[in-house]
Amino acid sequence: MSEVSAPPNDDERVKEISGFRKSLMRPELGGICGTVLVFVFFLLTASDSGMFSPAGVMNWSIVSAQFMIIAVGACLLMIAGEFDLSVGSMIGFAGMSIALLSTSAGFPMWIAIILTFIICVTIGALNGWLVIKTGLPSFIVTLAFLFILRGVTIFAAIATTRKTIIGGLREEAAGDWLAPVFGGKILTGFFQWMGDNGWIEVFSRGTREGQPVVDGIPMLIVWAIILIIFGHFLLTRTKFGNWIFAAGGDAQSARYTGVPVNRVKILMFMFTAFCAVVFATCQVMEFGSAGADRGLLKEFEAIISVVIGGALLTGGYGSVVGAALGALIFGVVQQGLFFAGVESSLFRVFLGVILLLAVILNTYIRRAITGEK
Amino acid sequence: MKSLIKSVALATAIVAAPLMVATTASAEGERYVFISHAPDSDSWWNTIKTSLGIAEGQLGVTVEYRNPPTGDIGDMARIVEQATASGPDGIILSIADFDALSGPVRDAVDQGIPVITVNSGTAEQSASMGALMHIGQPEYDAGHAAGTRAAKEGVKSFLCVNHYITNAASVERCQGFADAIGADLGNQMIDSGQDPAEIKNKVLAYLSANPDTGAVLTLGPTSAAPTINALKENGMAGDIYFGTFDLSAEIATGVKEDIIAWAIDQQPFFQGYLPIVLLTNYNRYGLLIPHNINSGPGFVTKATIDAVADMAGEYR
Repeated sequence: MSEVSAPPNDDERVKEISGFRKSLMRPELGGICGTVLVFVFFLLTASDSGMFSPAGVMNWSIVSAQFMIIAVGACLLMIAGEFDLSVGSMIGFAGMSIALLSTSAGFPMWIAIILTFIICVTIGALNGWLVIKTGLPSFIVTLAFLFILRGVTIFAAIATTRKTIIGGLREEAAGDWLAPVFGGKILTGFFQWMGDNGWIEVFSRGTREGQPVVDGIPMLIVWAIILIIFGHFLLTRTKFGNWIFAAGGDAQSARYTGVPVNRVKILMFMFTAFCAVVFATCQVMEFGSAGADRGLLKEFEAIISVVIGGALLTGGYGSVVGAALGALIFGVVQQGLFFAGVESSLFRVFLGVILLLAVILNTYIRRAITGEK
Repeated sequence: MKSLIKSVALATAIVAAPLMVATTASAEGERYVFISHAPDSDSWWNTIKTSLGIAEGQLGVTVEYRNPPTGDIGDMARIVEQATASGPDGIILSIADFDALSGPVRDAVDQGIPVITVNSGTAEQSASMGALMHIGQPEYDAGHAAGTRAAKEGVKSFLCVNHYITNAASVERCQGFADAIGADLGNQMIDSGQDPAEIKNKVLAYLSANPDTGAVLTLGPTSAAPTINALKENGMAGDIYFGTFDLSAEIATGVKEDIIAWAIDQQPFFQGYLPIVLLTNYNRYGLLIPHNINSGPGFVTKATIDAVADMAGEYR
């Protein structure tokens, strides 16, 4: 009988990966690294400029939350393999629609908001249906709607009111039940307590004397968090999320395996439109006015946030949390460059450089994770 | 992986270095933030940037110029909030959208930061926000004064080339002109956009569809220069009554060549220079002029253009 050696404890064909490395290998890793780098960068260059005071934190948090709302929609759509370039125009259109419906047409604010949601989500569905029916790249179809919606916004404003900025919406929204859901602030009692105990500065004069400088968390930030949690859960924990990945990865193979690709894409276009309207409503309720040039070029900022967050432009790979981190990076960089005292005309140079670095970093990390060459 | 980390660290250092230098080299004097509503493409604000630089040098203060890159007033409101959070010695801004900006400006005033408003907006809006004063040119009145001049020459209809239609003040200029000549502002105001080729084509299209137009009014250098080219191309240059707002090198040439009858000089130099001077004296000695200041309108005609022409686009 030959000697039987003990079976080897490990199979040398299986590579050992430590638990730490396993937890790092997530699609969000690039976004996390980028966020850490950006904060370190601004701690070095702008720590005494008011950027990390409560008011400063609120400033870049709000700007980041704005980007997060549209980035979630753009991310899910990009993973499904399509682009929506009409988001910015949709923001202007939705804001103007709320303003005109409540002032010129006289509807109560909550009806104006709900009607606007219905109209814009329908336009989003129309975008999706056109893309599917004609087979044209979504880039082209939504580019057309970028112009159509912007033009309709300006035309409707001038035709009804001869102005392009419609104000007085705070008075229209007073007493409405739906308006504070978008434009209100929560945790105001907590911030007042912090102000009273000296944790936050208070106003020294005027009608708000004694109130804390930061008086609550705006609903914009709450909506951003809700949408991120919803998007992440949908993408990673549900069957529909798998369908989104499949539709973006390879639409035809997905169809062969029974994924309703058309329905997925149209629903994602509708979701992007929904996110744009949430953004617009929060903005209109907070500022009390709607302008015909609101949201200009925001669609590119949404796509940039998603790309910084690690999604592939070709679809099929990405993460909502990554997009949220990308939006956070974008917002912190945009406001942080002001705090750091960068010359206004160089602003875009820095933004572009940071974008490029973030995307290169993400690509290297993604290749390390997926083993792609 | 190591080389990746090295290159990222190097890149961060390269990007951070100029910023570190910039922050340590700032002057010890007061710091002001000037926030305009103009998109990057609007060249009219160059004069104000020049005047801010002159005020900086003369008074020993630092002035930061900020604007929303796309002209989105929502972004401008965030910039005002950011400026407030950074604790400057004064904020100067234009009231492009009273509803959107009044909240952030009120917050700045209530935190003890003095605010002066310039350019867009009315004196009442400025006062209700708690600003110290407003320095600008009431737009409707300027348009009306221009229209009165044109009416004296017998003008009854006109084309208003509006390149910045989303700014309410621009519509008021056309409206004032229309009211002064007794015309109805219907399709006489066109949304020309900001691209020079587009503006020229739209002007040519309008004038060929309405050959009896009595006058042309442009609202700034962005719309004036392509309109001059359009009028040269269809032969109406020098024939049709042409007035414009603001000054630039092309407009100055147009006035000298008798193509443009007059240019309304809002004297933007004062909208940059005066707020810095007034805020500095307010901060240092507590002095304040108790009323608003009208920086314009000044009419620049062929008689006065030579003196003004060299400085157009930079100081005037």
